Parts: sequence; C-alpha cells; structure tokens
Amino acid sequence: MATFTRKDVEHVAHLARLGLTEDEMARLEGQLNHILDQYAVLAQLDTEGIAPTAQTIELENILRDDIVRPSLPSEEVLAAAPKRLGEYFVVPPILGEHGN
Amino acid sequence: MTTIDLTRLAAREMASGLRAGDFSARKLIDAHLENIRTTDGPLHAWVFVDEDEARNQADAADRRIAEARRASADAVARLPGLLGVPVALKDLVLTRGQPSTAGSRILQGWKSPYDSHIAERLKHAGAVLPGKTNMDEFAMGSSTEHSAWGPTANPWDLERVPGGSSGGSAAAVAAFHAPLGIGTDTGGSIRQPAALTGTVGLKPTYGRVSRYGIVAFASSLDQIGPFGRDVRDAALLMATLAGRDERDSTSAPIPVPDYPAELAEGDDEAASMLRGMRLGLPRQYFVKGMEAGVEARVREAVAALAAAGAEIIDVDLPHTDYGLATYYIIAPAEASANLARYDGVRYGHTVRQEGADYIADYLATRGSGFGPEVKRRIVLGTYALSAGYYDAYYLKAQKVRTLIKADFDRAFENVDAIVAPTSPTVAFRFGARLADPVSMYLSDACTLPVNVAGLPGLSVPCGLSEGLPVGLQLIGRPWEELRLFQLGRAYEGITSGAEWRGMEPRDLGLLSDPKTPSAMDRAATVGAAA
Repeated sequence: MATFTRKDVEHVAHLARLGLTEDEMARLEGQLNHILDQYAVLAQLDTEGIAPTAQTIELENILRDDIVRPSLPSEEVLAAAPKRLGEYFVVPPILGEHGN
Repeated sequence: MTTIDLTRLAAREMASGLRAGDFSARKLIDAHLENIRTTDGPLHAWVFVDEDEARNQADAADRRIAEARRASADAVARLPGLLGVPVALKDLVLTRGQPSTAGSRILQGWKSPYDSHIAERLKHAGAVLPGKTNMDEFAMGSSTEHSAWGPTANPWDLERVPGGSSGGSAAAVAAFHAPLGIGTDTGGSIRQPAALTGTVGLKPTYGRVSRYGIVAFASSLDQIGPFGRDVRDAALLMATLAGRDERDSTSAPIPVPDYPAELAEGDDEAASMLRGMRLGLPRQYFVKGMEAGVEARVREAVAALAAAGAEIIDVDLPHTDYGLATYYIIAPAEASANLARYDGVRYGHTVRQEGADYIADYLATRGSGFGPEVKRRIVLGTYALSAGYYDAYYLKAQKVRTLIKADFDRAFENVDAIVAPTSPTVAFRFGARLADPVSMYLSDACTLPVNVAGLPGLSVPCGLSEGLPVGLQLIGRPWEELRLFQLGRAYEGITSGAEWRGMEPRDLGLLSDPKTPSAMDRAATVGAAA
C-alpha cells in the first residue's frame, strides 16, 4: 500500500482546509504512516464480489409529510454568527481582489 | 428518620422517593450539586454546570409531583419515570440556550438555538439536567485526554483516565454527581468508559435513538446511549431515549419495549432467565495485549453464567482482526465530511485576517480551532476518500464491513447473545497512550466491530483487577437491547453477593480533599495536558 509523504500531508491538509504548522506536519507524516501500516491487513483480504455496506439497518427511503412548520428563529441563529450584517451572515469574499 | 445520602440511591429509588414525598427534587439536585461543587476540581467530569437552571427544573418537577399527589394515586403512577432525576449530558448533546462544545475550541462560546431530540424527551419527562460533561474532542479518543478543556480523572484512581470518549459522563455517574448519564458510542465510547469506571453503559442498535441535535462524528456508526450504576437504572434512562424521530431518517420505526418493566427485581428471578440461554464466546475477542487480570475476570463471569444454566458455545468471528483497520478508515472518512461544516462563517471559532483570501481564513480558523487528534483524523479521512485512494481504502473498508457483519449474522443463528470483554485493559495512566495513536485505538479493539455491524452492546461491571474495574460486554442481535438488559440484570443477580459489588470507587474520598491536585495538573506532570 501507499506510503504517506510530506507532500501528501500538505496536499490532503489543504483539501481539508486545515492549516498545519511545520511541526504538526512532521509529526503527522510519521503517525499517519504508522496508521496506514495497520490498514495494510485489509489488502490481504479477498473482497471480490462482496458488496459494500454503507449502513447496517435495512431502511427503505423515508419520506415525511410535506407540512409547513416554523424554522428556528432567525435572530437566535444569527446571534451565533461571528460576523453579521442585519439579517445576513457575512461570508469571506470569494471573488475580486481577495478571492480566486 | 436518619439522614441518608440521597446521591447514593439508585435512580429508580430517587424516582419512587420523590413520588412518595420522602424528599423533594430540589433537595435531590442540591445534594448532587454539592457533590459536584466539592469534588469536581480533582475529577473534572464537567465542563459546564448551570445550577440555577437545574434548580428551576427540579422545582418544576416538584410542582408536577405535588399536583399529581393532590389529584390521585393514579396520576402519581402515571408520572414519567425520570421526573426529578438528575441526568448528566455529554458535551455534544445540544440543549437550547446552553453551550455545547463537543470538547472543542471550535465551538467555544456557541450556544445552541435548539434542543436535541433526546434533550426534548428528557425535559418532557421532567429530568433535571445540571450541565455538560467532558469528552474527547468530537468524541475522538478513548481516554478523555483529547478534550480541549483538559482531561477527566477516574474516581477509582485519580492518576488514571476514565476511558472515553464519554469519560465525563462515566466519571460523573461513578462519583455520584448524577445517577444517570448520556454518552455516545461510535467505536466504544460508552462501553469502554463504563468498563473503566465500574458503571453500566449501553450502546444501542444503530437507529434505536435519534441523533437529531447530537454533534456528529461518524454518521453511520454514532449511537446515543445511557450510563447508570446498575442495569435497571440504565434501562430506565434508555426507555426515555429510544424510539422513532422523523428528524433523524435513520431512526427506526420499531416498537420499543418497556425496558424497566421487563426487568426482574429479585436476584433469583432475574437469574432464572439464564437457564437454556445460548451465549456465544468468540475466541477472537481475547486479543493480543489483553491483561491477564481482565481475561481472568471475564472468564470467571462466563463460568458464573454457565453455572447458572446458560449454555456457553464457542463462536467464530473470523474477521474481528480486520475491525480496527475497517473502523479507522470509515470513521475518519465520515468525520472528515461531517467536520467540513466548521468553517467559521455561521457559528463557532473564526479567524479572519485582514487582506487574506478566504481559503487562508478557512485554513487559519480550522487549524487553530481543532486539536491534534481531530486534525489527525480529518487528514486520514480526507486521504481515504481522495482521488486514487478511495477504492483501496474507503470502498475496501465498506466491503470488509459486510464481512464483519456477516460474521455476527452467522453467529446469531446459533446463539442468543455474545459475551466478551469490553476493554482489553483496566484504566490506564494519563499520558500512557498519547504518544502512539495506534495504542489508543487498540483500547477499542473489542468494541468497535459492534459499531461496524450496527449491533447493540452492553457493558456491565464483572469485578476488579489490580483494584480497578473490569467490564463484561454483552452483544446482541439488532433491536435486542431488552435481552442484553435482562442478561446484564441476570448477571447482577448471580453476583449480588460478590465482595466487589458494594464497593465504591477507591479514590472517592480523595476527591473532597482540597490538597488533591486537579486532573489537569496530574496530566501535566506526565506531559499529557491537552
């Protein structure tokens, strides 16, 4: 199985939008390889023709009645916003000078 | 009447004492708050306590009881079983207007605008909810050392962990801060701390309890369940938790038995159900690294069950050894998706840097908000799901999941339940497993296959090794929580005379000594502070 390189740590951390320090990345590289070694046992197992299991209880699609119900009070929800403007959450700009 | 310590009563005795008018819910919560105030410094089971709100809830319970007593004996009999009884909530159970951090800085200061399904049910039943208990950050861990707020100590030995991730609730119940507690169990997070603190803990069948309003870790594995100091108390709490809730589409529309009513009061009557019961003993659960004392206690428990009439049958669960790898792919993968929501925009910790682009803000927010174990699992899970590795890791793990589940299905054709150890070891010392994540992951080797297969599992105390509690795990078919409770109750019945039964946690007395160092200080001395 694959080994985890420093470049992999950087790449995956970026995919996960996780800012890591140099120290953290160095430590993770070692630890993750040790963990991936544990995964290697799976490769020895023949799973040809075995269907994957995503959930263990056999539930059919669940539908609910389409009834109008009150949502959470917007003032209480917005109260938790780190940055708000009136009735809106302020999101970081994704276009223009600081977007990409 | 001599004064009795109300906190030593069983939850069901508290409930009946309240109805009979022997004492008030106010007096009951005050006794528990007093224990919390005087002993939680060294223990650190709690991260948030709201004494005023707890007293208000107790007063409301007293009014309900008084009203029913004025009305009729019938009205008293109809009062909910948890009315006025304190219940400790793990710090990931949302309650309206109160904080829930899930042990993480990223949720510091946030207050939920709504109640979780189980908080709604508990409030409706009139339970008293003093606050939130400590846990490993986002329930990732087996020692409660991964809490951003510092570790919890084990009341049996203050230099040791209480297990995790629901270590705060387990310690609170063991230390008489509350008779009942709520935990969540994704790979063993209720059963393992129950084993390590000498309490009873149930991980229900996946789908038995609604996850609405519970901070998500791994959505195909997470379940919510009760802690109690004995089986009947755990069953009493479970009766309020279980059942369909349309806000969690994985909560199943399957009838819920009246658990407490189905459990025998008398020891002999409880034990009589063992006659002819077929119990499976899987050799794969006596794992490498299991302590001799733990194995001895579990084998003695199995022998006692056999002596009382149970038929012990060797069962083969050949894919058990693949459980750890399977779990540590599926759980981090699901966690990496669930934890993507913490972006610092709508709630929680945020970092916005002048002149930086939005990605830099996300990196800084998440990089400074999450602790080391959570980061490790997000990276691991993102990797397992990323292009080029998905088939080798995530899909492969899901296929092995099928095989692990099939092992159990086959075993349950011949047996009514499976008996096994809960944890391979007794409570370990602070710092002992922090440096090597895999050694921490192995704490759950005997519990996580049960989550992978979606089954119910109950841990009950089965004696002591080196003066520390050992847990016996009972694993059942889907939806057969009642049978597990009955078996657990039967085991209590046949061991009611055992010397260890009446023992209180060894270091309980030290907790009220002002010279006793805090859990935080103890962990710091071995370099294991969060």
